[in-house]
Amino acid sequence: MSTSMTVDVPAVEVHGVTRIFAARKGQGVTALDDVSLTVAPGEFVSLIGPSGCGKSTLLRLVADLDVPTSGSIEVFGKPARQARIDQDYGIAFQQAGLLPWRTVAGNIELPLELHGVGKTARRARAAELIALVGLADFASHYPDQLSGGMQQRVAIARSLAESPSLLLMDEPFGALDEMTRERMQNELVRICAETQAAVVFVTHSIPEAVFLSNRVVVMSPRPGRIRSIVSVGLGEMSGRGEYLREDEGFFHALSHVRELLHGDEGTAAPAGARGVETR
Amino acid sequence: MRTSQPGLAQTVLAPIVFGVAVILLWQGLVTGLAIKAFILPAPFAIGAEFAANLQNVANGMAVTGRNSLIGLVVGALLGIALAIVSALARLFDEMAAPVVAALSVVPIVALAPVLYTMFGAGAETARQLVAALAVFVPVYFNTLKGLRQVRPVHRDLMRAYAVTSWQATRAVTLPTALPFVFTGLRIASSLAVISALIAEYFGGPVGGLGKSITSAASSSNYGLAWAYVLGSIILGLAFYCAALIVEKLVTRNHTQHQ
Repeated sequence: MSTSMTVDVPAVEVHGVTRIFAARKGQGVTALDDVSLTVAPGEFVSLIGPSGCGKSTLLRLVADLDVPTSGSIEVFGKPARQARIDQDYGIAFQQAGLLPWRTVAGNIELPLELHGVGKTARRARAAELIALVGLADFASHYPDQLSGGMQQRVAIARSLAESPSLLLMDEPFGALDEMTRERMQNELVRICAETQAAVVFVTHSIPEAVFLSNRVVVMSPRPGRIRSIVSVGLGEMSGRGEYLREDEGFFHALSHVRELLHGDEGTAAPAGARGVETR
Repeated sequence: MRTSQPGLAQTVLAPIVFGVAVILLWQGLVTGLAIKAFILPAPFAIGAEFAANLQNVANGMAVTGRNSLIGLVVGALLGIALAIVSALARLFDEMAAPVVAALSVVPIVALAPVLYTMFGAGAETARQLVAALAVFVPVYFNTLKGLRQVRPVHRDLMRAYAVTSWQATRAVTLPTALPFVFTGLRIASSLAVISALIAEYFGGPVGGLGKSITSAASSSNYGLAWAYVLGSIILGLAFYCAALIVEKLVTRNHTQHQ
């Protein structure tokens, strides 16, 4: 799919988007206020910020799971709604959201099955993806027989099933422990290098955002705005490995993002800023 | 995931030992205290009557069983179908809610005499209808509850896949509801037998277990009456176990962990 795209069509183009959630009384909540963002094809962009900054809302708008109050969103040059109908993106949520009555293979085949892919092609694709996420021995297991990390790997495999050129991930590792999390991050880097897909990745972990991304979008809450965009510049996806976590550039980018996140309240009360999530 | 499976000895042997002990104690009490048969016949006497009238008991079980089964199938289909309509159309749900609530508080067997006059005392229809009505209520409520259990993440996923609402219903909504439907059916299975049997007390043709119990008791044949009671227990258990087995088979992997 991505090969047919010309380089100048961005994977995601968010322009002046505002989302206001209506309240029963009073003014309503402005989750996003005039947000603009462009994601290039094959680029990995993380959205980071404290809770309430609208990062998940922004992702849901790109996925057309929700509609902006004003502004426009284009995915590969099409309106978000059309992109959803054309299945231009794959999506993974914080909860794996697997169907408990289907096996690992059955869950990965689900989108293919719903979109009318034949049985043999489905089988082959599922086997390929199961190998990609390293679950070859678990293809016929049911989700409740798997650990949280394994379930999340199945969910990621499922999001890749139709070889999307854009992956939308809403804190997919948010519920995992630190060790599993780092291993999953390494795997995601490898998978991204192999699939060449653009990724929009919501997280509240600074190291995670910095390790994975080409660019980190730092957002601020109430109303949700983009405070700053940091180009991490840690090199190509394919070159990223475990060693990167010890790299000087990594630490430099880490503290830069942290400073931005803590923003003005950081300078006003440096002691209080320590309490912000730094997982 | 289970911590420990109780052994075969515990699951099979223990209830058998307990049952035998109860029967022996019962027999001992009845003979020891010389209790009259019209108060409580001895288990061995009931057993003897049961064996001697096996054909009659089996016939009674067939008649009542058939009524219960027809009632169960009709009531369940109706309950599931209307629950689907209620889940799809809010308006229908709101219209149906008071009627179903009223149905659930009516002692449904109380309708039996009225239904006998509607359908004629020679037909089994009234009994089947009583069973169907008794089945309808738990199946309807449980199915409707099940249809509303779809997790938000699954709903988002289906929207992201841009599938038709029928595809989403088949892929997610119905499988999610299935364990609830079977809970309803399990409750309904024994209700069907109880209602069909009790409906016989209010009239209609002879031959069923309920009629046989009343006629045996009124002719002072207490052992035989209890033999028919034993037959109805077996029938009820058979319905319940059948529902349980089907439930276990179908919903093996429907547990919602995470």
